Amino acid sequence: MEHGSFEDQSKATFSLTDEDHTLANALRFSLNQDPRVTFCGYSIPHPSDARVNIRVQTTGDPAREVLNDSCQDLMLICENVRDTFNKATSKFKTEKGLSSMDIKN
Amino acid sequence: MGRASDSDSDNMDSGESITKVSVWDLPDVPQGKLLSHLELKRTRVFCASLAPTNTENVNYSGAYASMGVDNSVRFEQFRNNFKVEIMRLEEDELEFDMIGIDPSLANAFRRILIAELPTMAIEKVLIANNTSIIQDEVLAHRLGLIPIKVDPRLFEYMSENDVPNEKNTIVFKLHARCKKGSERLRVLSNELKWLPNGSELILATESPASHSSTKPKTYTSFSSSQDTLPEFSNNPIAPKDADIIIAKLGPGQEIELEAHAVKGIGKTHAKWSPVATAWYRMLPEVVLLRDIEDDEAETLAKKCPVKVFDIEDIGKGKKRATVARPRACTLCRECIREEGWDKNVAVRRVNDHFIFTIESTGALPPEVLFTEAVKILEEKCERVITELS
Repeated sequence: MEHGSFEDQSKATFSLTDEDHTLANALRFSLNQDPRVTFCGYSIPHPSDARVNIRVQTTGDPAREVLNDSCQDLMLICENVRDTFNKATSKFKTEKGLSSMDIKN
Repeated sequence: MGRASDSDSDNMDSGESITKVSVWDLPDVPQGKLLSHLELKRTRVFCASLAPTNTENVNYSGAYASMGVDNSVRFEQFRNNFKVEIMRLEEDELEFDMIGIDPSLANAFRRILIAELPTMAIEKVLIANNTSIIQDEVLAHRLGLIPIKVDPRLFEYMSENDVPNEKNTIVFKLHARCKKGSERLRVLSNELKWLPNGSELILATESPASHSSTKPKTYTSFSSSQDTLPEFSNNPIAPKDADIIIAKLGPGQEIELEAHAVKGIGKTHAKWSPVATAWYRMLPEVVLLRDIEDDEAETLAKKCPVKVFDIEDIGKGKKRATVARPRACTLCRECIREEGWDKNVAVRRVNDHFIFTIESTGALPPEVLFTEAVKILEEKCERVITELS
């Protein structure tokens, strides 16, 4: 992973290897929710390379930090999704009395 | 710009009854709250009679800044709005509603479920004898596609230079023979027998006579038996379904082989995908824009092939159409196809409400698959964070 920024820290392109739409689109969503971001988008330069470029432009904060925060946000969201999902499944199981379904995790 | 075009369409809707009002007498745009038509556009996809419209999501945090509306999603807000409701949970199938989440995340989960969750599948087949009519390579491919009921989290990936050992390989044996003069024989997946001690085939480079005292080298090097592990001691590894036909043997034909299963992901080959499929659809919303009564109600109820509409009695022999089962709607748009009906019925989808279905192939239960998928997305984020710092 590299990033192309020179003097101006507020604009950068981050090139993530071995990633695709799965992460890039989720990150784009997360970045766009950040009020500090003025522009954000991603592209896959060539379909047979496992690589995405994420462009981040901010109102002044270093793009690197903003991307970092977005990743943190996304992780928090994921954690919350997992939590909510687990609660919902255990609630469903107790309600339905699916004791026959032996799940160890 | 959005507002200007909307007020145009408002005027058109009201038709001839336009009364001229001075611009200065118009009320101010309310601050801090989205106008109802904008809110509708923000949260719904419209299914017009020709094609869905308004399919794009508004993502940018400052999209409604001119109205004093903050479109950024703080984590607190997400946490308060996000809901999961389980609809159906069976051994291999799970249907649940995910409410209050962006399509980009729902899609990320779906993509991970299909292509990036690991399972174990047969990758290498050592064929000792195959006199059946099915070719070696076709047979090997068929074996690869058989789902194996084993938790992949108990195994490691095997990289190119690794030797097959008890931590990264599962070995199965298959020996089937159809006796001469007997009927044709079907070879089913339950004839794959697990070898917890690893391969029994002696390595081709090994000369059989030289080491009579030491154990001859085989195609795997297991240091211990897999069935001593507590996970497998009472629960032998086997294909998930016992009745998959692998081959058919004619009289005198024989198959003898050894199959080595390793850990992999669906991106490499679909045989490693843990789901038969995983998909989602947005919640359909059907709204009657005016009261549909009597004969019209009957026509409307008949139009819908999945019976979304019901007819209720409202007394005095009058009947009225109601939307009884919007969830059943397949968005076929049959109800708004006829000229003018799109003025009576609106078919929409709720932007952030996903009906998510996971069909597991059997290695892991579907609810575990979903939590694992979310964990993988977290790991991806973590990787970016460590590479940034």
